[in-house]
Amino acid sequence: MSVETGAIVERFETSLAELDVAVTRTRPTAFESTLEEVVREPAVGTPLPFASVSLPAWVDARPTPATLESAATGVTAASFGIADYGSVVLPSTPEGAEQVSLFPELHVPVLRERDLIADMPTAIDRLGPRLRDGESAIVATGPSATADMGALVRGAHGPEAVHVILLEDGEVSDGE
Amino acid sequence: MSEAREEKAAYIRHLLETEGDAVAENTQGFNQGRYESVAELEEYEALKDEARAIKEDAIERLPELIDELTETVEANGGTVYLADDAADANRYIREVAAEKEADCLVKSKSMTSEELEVNEALEADGVEVIETDLGEWVLQVAEEAPSHLIAPAIHKSREEIARLFNAQFDPDEPLETAEELTTFAREWLGEHIRDADVGMTGANFITADSGTIVLVTSEGNARKTAVVPDTHVAVAGVEKIVPSVEDVAPFVELIGRSGTGQDITSYVSFLTPPVESPVVDFDDPDVPFDERDDDREFHLVLIDNGRLAMREDEHLRETLYCIRCSACANSCANFQSVGGHAFGGETYTGGIATGWEAGVYGYDSAAEFNDLCTGCSRCVNQCPVKIDIPWINTVVRDRLNREGDDGQFEFVYDELVPDEEPGGVDVQKRLFGNVETLAKLGSATAPLSNWLATLGPVRRGLERAVGVDARRPLPSFERETLRDWFERRGGHAASKERAAEPRAERGDREVVLYPDVYTNYVDVARGKAAVRVLEALGVHVRIPAVPESGRAPLSQGMVATADERASDVYAALAEHLDAGRDVVVIEPSDLAIFHREYERFLPEASCERLRKNSYEALEYIYGLLENGADPDALRTGGEEIAYHSHCQQRTLGLAPYTRSVLEYCGYDVVESDVECCGMAGSFGYKSEYYELSMDVGERLADQFTAPETKDRLVVATGTSCGDQLDDLLRRDSRHPLEVLDPATPTY
Repeated sequence: MSVETGAIVERFETSLAELDVAVTRTRPTAFESTLEEVVREPAVGTPLPFASVSLPAWVDARPTPATLESAATGVTAASFGIADYGSVVLPSTPEGAEQVSLFPELHVPVLRERDLIADMPTAIDRLGPRLRDGESAIVATGPSATADMGALVRGAHGPEAVHVILLEDGEVSDGE
Repeated sequence: MSEAREEKAAYIRHLLETEGDAVAENTQGFNQGRYESVAELEEYEALKDEARAIKEDAIERLPELIDELTETVEANGGTVYLADDAADANRYIREVAAEKEADCLVKSKSMTSEELEVNEALEADGVEVIETDLGEWVLQVAEEAPSHLIAPAIHKSREEIARLFNAQFDPDEPLETAEELTTFAREWLGEHIRDADVGMTGANFITADSGTIVLVTSEGNARKTAVVPDTHVAVAGVEKIVPSVEDVAPFVELIGRSGTGQDITSYVSFLTPPVESPVVDFDDPDVPFDERDDDREFHLVLIDNGRLAMREDEHLRETLYCIRCSACANSCANFQSVGGHAFGGETYTGGIATGWEAGVYGYDSAAEFNDLCTGCSRCVNQCPVKIDIPWINTVVRDRLNREGDDGQFEFVYDELVPDEEPGGVDVQKRLFGNVETLAKLGSATAPLSNWLATLGPVRRGLERAVGVDARRPLPSFERETLRDWFERRGGHAASKERAAEPRAERGDREVVLYPDVYTNYVDVARGKAAVRVLEALGVHVRIPAVPESGRAPLSQGMVATADERASDVYAALAEHLDAGRDVVVIEPSDLAIFHREYERFLPEASCERLRKNSYEALEYIYGLLENGADPDALRTGGEEIAYHSHCQQRTLGLAPYTRSVLEYCGYDVVESDVECCGMAGSFGYKSEYYELSMDVGERLADQFTAPETKDRLVVATGTSCGDQLDDLLRRDSRHPLEVLDPATPTY
């Protein structure tokens, strides 16, 4: 991990801590066991577009409206993370990533360290071409919340908790 | 008091009693959060400039952006409808609902849809409309209108909401905590979202290049509303369009911070409809999402409803830059007391609402609350797109003034008020707008005038005729004006000698002390103190005859009169500016008009010249001390001071100078941080607003009666602030110049 990556990871983790959002860094080889510790079952998910990891079989990767509603956890990939804000950028997909990240009480976004970027302008610069291609995405920062009922409550229409899984970039020799 | 004034006073009193506490707590929380959040934001000012430039450009190019957006959305597979007005928009939306044979439409919070009253239109067709934003839903259940742009139920306490829900829904276990209320609402609303045929959202921004709807939310209801049903209708004013996705960046960083003080809201959705997300079809609960092949429908309903005409109006145009963040409302002292039910029209609330209501509904709607803007300018620096909200309110006030019938007032009154206004201007406004004439008369006839002003029948008459509240003590005029006093002691020549006495080597600085109405006729003592302090620091003074700045008529919306005064003031000062003399101003509201509003009245070069060479008195003294003047030449009494800076002085960033000078001279200073004293010139004298003025003032009084401050010497820089503090506290306030005046004995 380069110094620059190290700083940005640290910044991302600090921002998440300020939001009271848990984050677990893990090697791709330990992904499944990490996920096991994090999720509440039953869990639904959408396919992860990363070569190094995939969803284990005990996560229902083909959710239906019925299983979506009864799921306690939703696992989806994040395209990138914004260190300054602790935000994850969630693409909408035909497999239902938008719904999976929104309905269950716990959302587990999975993203790669190398996809962390520093700030919001960079994030929106990256979104520009994708949106112009017709894609949609959510910049999600912490759990859903409301203060409309007289006090701050987490988990309004969306998840009450978020647990980010950050995939380490893998083995890098000391010389690099 | 007239019937209309009494009615208004009663309504305000009612709101202060029933909603005031909840509104105050919430808005002040948001406002404090905003201060903290933007303080952490590097480049805050640069971001605001960037945001404003994007809006200026977008509104300038609006017709072309509407065309581009239409093409983009249609290429994406959606439809765009440009509606002329609310009826047109509603007709289109009803057609969409009818075509879908919709029984239920779920809706996420949107002020634009409030403006359309689309719920009523759909319900007339038998479509059930459900608000899914929790605050908005509370109001739907309670059958009330929103009182705030982003926190619609801000005026309701948790207890009230619990009572409402328990009565309305009769749950098995009575609901009590915020968690219980939220869970109940989530479940109830979730059921309706799953059954809905159509989802309706607004849009915070729409990007012309990609056709993306940007929604800034925290609850997640907008996301569900947009993607669960197969049909999405987005309604948005045309002003929401920005050219490109990249243009949204500064707004994402500013909008949450400006509104509630959150660095960012939980969700910023960038939806490019029709979206690829599968429909959540509970009629087919067991079909996996990835097997669906949905044919989603998307309708973007762009609303004109007066906006394109506002774009052509040189003053209302700026309103279109508004991103509906509510910073102007939250930072407004009056709004903090009464909320949007008083400080708002049919839909929009708070400072910027005057512009919206005038543009969208017409001037009558704006007239209902326009006077609640006192022009204190505290919102100006808080607006993320730098809209001069007080100016919009002044322009609307002026236009309202001119709607009256010409010639309804007597000739005598016209003589008494030598302004530039038509005869129809409200008599109360004209009285306050012509305060200089009144002051001249009061001074010339003092002490008789002052005695008269204390008499019950006179006060009752004033209250009846012009709405000057009898409970508010009137200013007491001095027979000898500041200028008379200055001339009697030898004028400029004598001042030059005095200034040379202690500091001969620096006795060449020369200033013009601006004799504002209040200093010249009423609080002459602070003017004398200013002269002595300046002389003690080696500066000699001139006090030429300069007319009233135009602040008084401007506050009353008498723009033509203010414009005339600006020219007169500049004419009176031009020679002094030519001679390289600085202008020192005691009254912050007068300095503020020189620096801010004169650019609308004077040629650019003249305005720039006056702005560059005019200083607030304590700012000027700070400069002298920084340049080596000896603070020991001033009074260094060492009292503990409770300092309240004038609102317009704070907007100009000048408040710290007074504090620094006092500390330089050995005083211990505690400073108030409330937005405004609640007086704001004539406002606190007006009978319909007296109670509101006192309610706002209470917040300042609380700060200065706390254990730490209750024995401190109260110091205020503004005329109105001093008057208000005198009325609120049992101790007299001073001007900082009097504190520093070497001729002042110990207090």
